[in-house]
Amino acid sequence: MNYNVNEKGYYGEFGGAYIPEMLYPNVEELRQNYLKVMAEESFQKEFHQLLKDYVGRPTPLYFAKRLSEKHSTKIYLKREDLCHTGAHKVNNTIGQILMAKRLGKTRIIAETGAGQHGVATATVCALMGLECIVFMGETDIKRQAPNVARMKMLGAKVIPASSGSKTLKDATNEAIRDWINNPLDTHYIIGSVVGPHPYPDMVARFQSIISEEIKVQLNEKEDRENPDFVVACVGGGSNAAGAFYHYLNKPEVGIIAVEAAGKGIDSGESAATSALGNTGIIHGSKTLLMQTPDGQITEPYSISAGLDYPGVGPMHANLFASGRGVFISVTDNEAMQAGLKLCKLEGIIPAIESSHALAIFETRKFKKDDVVVVNLSGRGDKDLDTYINYFKL
Amino acid sequence: MNRISDKFKNNKKLLSIYFTAGYPKLDDTVEILQQLEKDGVDLVEIGLPFSDPLADGPTIQASSQTALQNGMTTELLFRQLKDVRKTVSIPLIIMGYFNPILQFGVENFCEKCAEIGIDGLILPDLPLAEFEEHYAEIFKKYGLLNIFLITPHTSEERILQIDAASEGFIYMVSRASVTGNSAGFGAETEEYFERVASLQLKNPQIVGFGINNSETFQQATKHTNGAIIGSAFIKMLSEKGKDGISAFVNSIRKV
Ligand SMILES: Cc1ncc(COP(=O)(O)O)c(C=O)c1O
Repeated sequence: MNYNVNEKGYYGEFGGAYIPEMLYPNVEELRQNYLKVMAEESFQKEFHQLLKDYVGRPTPLYFAKRLSEKHSTKIYLKREDLCHTGAHKVNNTIGQILMAKRLGKTRIIAETGAGQHGVATATVCALMGLECIVFMGETDIKRQAPNVARMKMLGAKVIPASSGSKTLKDATNEAIRDWINNPLDTHYIIGSVVGPHPYPDMVARFQSIISEEIKVQLNEKEDRENPDFVVACVGGGSNAAGAFYHYLNKPEVGIIAVEAAGKGIDSGESAATSALGNTGIIHGSKTLLMQTPDGQITEPYSISAGLDYPGVGPMHANLFASGRGVFISVTDNEAMQAGLKLCKLEGIIPAIESSHALAIFETRKFKKDDVVVVNLSGRGDKDLDTYINYFKL
Repeated sequence: MNRISDKFKNNKKLLSIYFTAGYPKLDDTVEILQQLEKDGVDLVEIGLPFSDPLADGPTIQASSQTALQNGMTTELLFRQLKDVRKTVSIPLIIMGYFNPILQFGVENFCEKCAEIGIDGLILPDLPLAEFEEHYAEIFKKYGLLNIFLITPHTSEERILQIDAASEGFIYMVSRASVTGNSAGFGAETEEYFERVASLQLKNPQIVGFGINNSETFQQATKHTNGAIIGSAFIKMLSEKGKDGISAFVNSIRKV
């Protein structure tokens, strides 16, 4: 079985482009061009040059010695937290801004939840001198003040999304509405492997640099390209898509996706889509999402704003449904404890999203000589307030 | 002949009204339909509310949210409409986003529509290709028309494709915008109406989005067969309630 997208834009039964006709010309323009543009030599050159000189790639693959000893296995951390702007999100925004420029777009819009993708988008817009508008839920604007300030410093306009529940899902709705209203000059930089085809595939390809590097780095360190397991947290699923990408069709590599259980799967306050969701349509994609029996999309909850999304990208829906990926969910508390443990054992303060992936070692035992790569998707600077309040620091 | 196609026979400029089921009050649906027919409205789009209406502006977003808070569901809408054909004979179309219908089961949904006497569906986020591949057969089996949208940026090639796949009418979105934009129609819109008229499509066209008074109704129907009013009607409902319907409809029709 092939776990990449097929020519119709589907991963198994998931994906497609369920968009109103108003968006058809934009999405179709992108669909017809994205592979062509990405294959251009000048594009590849500019993309990789920026990843190297601006983002700081390759990010290290770090053998976490003390953490490994603690859990009696071999743990490597892929250090996306060391990317410029503090998370993997920038890999995608660099790629998409170059795409937007080649399509002749002059105005950039984006949605953001925690503000990480908003900051990464504002950053590349500043870099390229393009107008940048970021939609952010009113609730999130209050929760993530430092990232709002960052976006403003970078020259972006932050527009509060005041519809619905005023969080990421609504910010995404507002961005899509803006794109309907501005179909000619605007490119929408989606922040994860979600949305209508070709977005999930395009974003996954930009993020695939993560596993491309892991292969080379693991070869240097362990004399093998393939780990036994690769572990990543899943909100929409972009860091996971990047970490899994080159291993999707290698059955000998175990794929583990970690979702946010929030206060517990049965608590009514959770974002564990694979456990709580079923097939439906969200933001133009047929995928797994949390919804009522009547098909109304429900509000997720997680202590981590970046995992607070009621769906997962169609690639992940297919990994789950086909059994190719193991999906687990960890609670707020398990994630917070795992994050603190990494601080104490390795001197690395992880983003709370990434702490979810780290919590795998509390719930699952690995063999002594298993090589387990955890994608450390971001750093914890943005989460200090949450850590402070949680641990009464 | 289908009730919808029947409507276009005598070349009248058709007035169509959209409203959100379950708004302003949960049980208003049938009474609103009866009143609209009494006031001479030609066809009605009954909006099935959705939590995340991507193509809608603030007015319809708010009416959808209120309707859901009031307790509207697909199941309940069908119960409300069970006997609607005893008192209402104009064409009825259900307009909604695809997810609630997918959850209900597309075939189940179509079967219910047929039982009640619904004539067609408008599902903005179910694109042409997906419809034709997966659902066209089911719609046909239950005698439901599927109404497609075109916009000022739809290519001529695609308009012709949509025309070929359509039955009943084509929904012409007046401008690149979500619903409820009341900026009026400029030369560009006029040019678009003329351009589509010159294509001599097999299906009649009805214009929607941004029609809010008799002036915009006249403009929209100069080159087309009718117009749909949604947000402006809902605004009126939220201010005046059902008692305001007659005056509203008359104000659109007056020349
Ligand atoms: C550090 C970090 N990790 C993970 C995520 C979740 O996104 P995704 O699942 O697309 O990687 C976010 C989103 O804001 C993030 O900031």
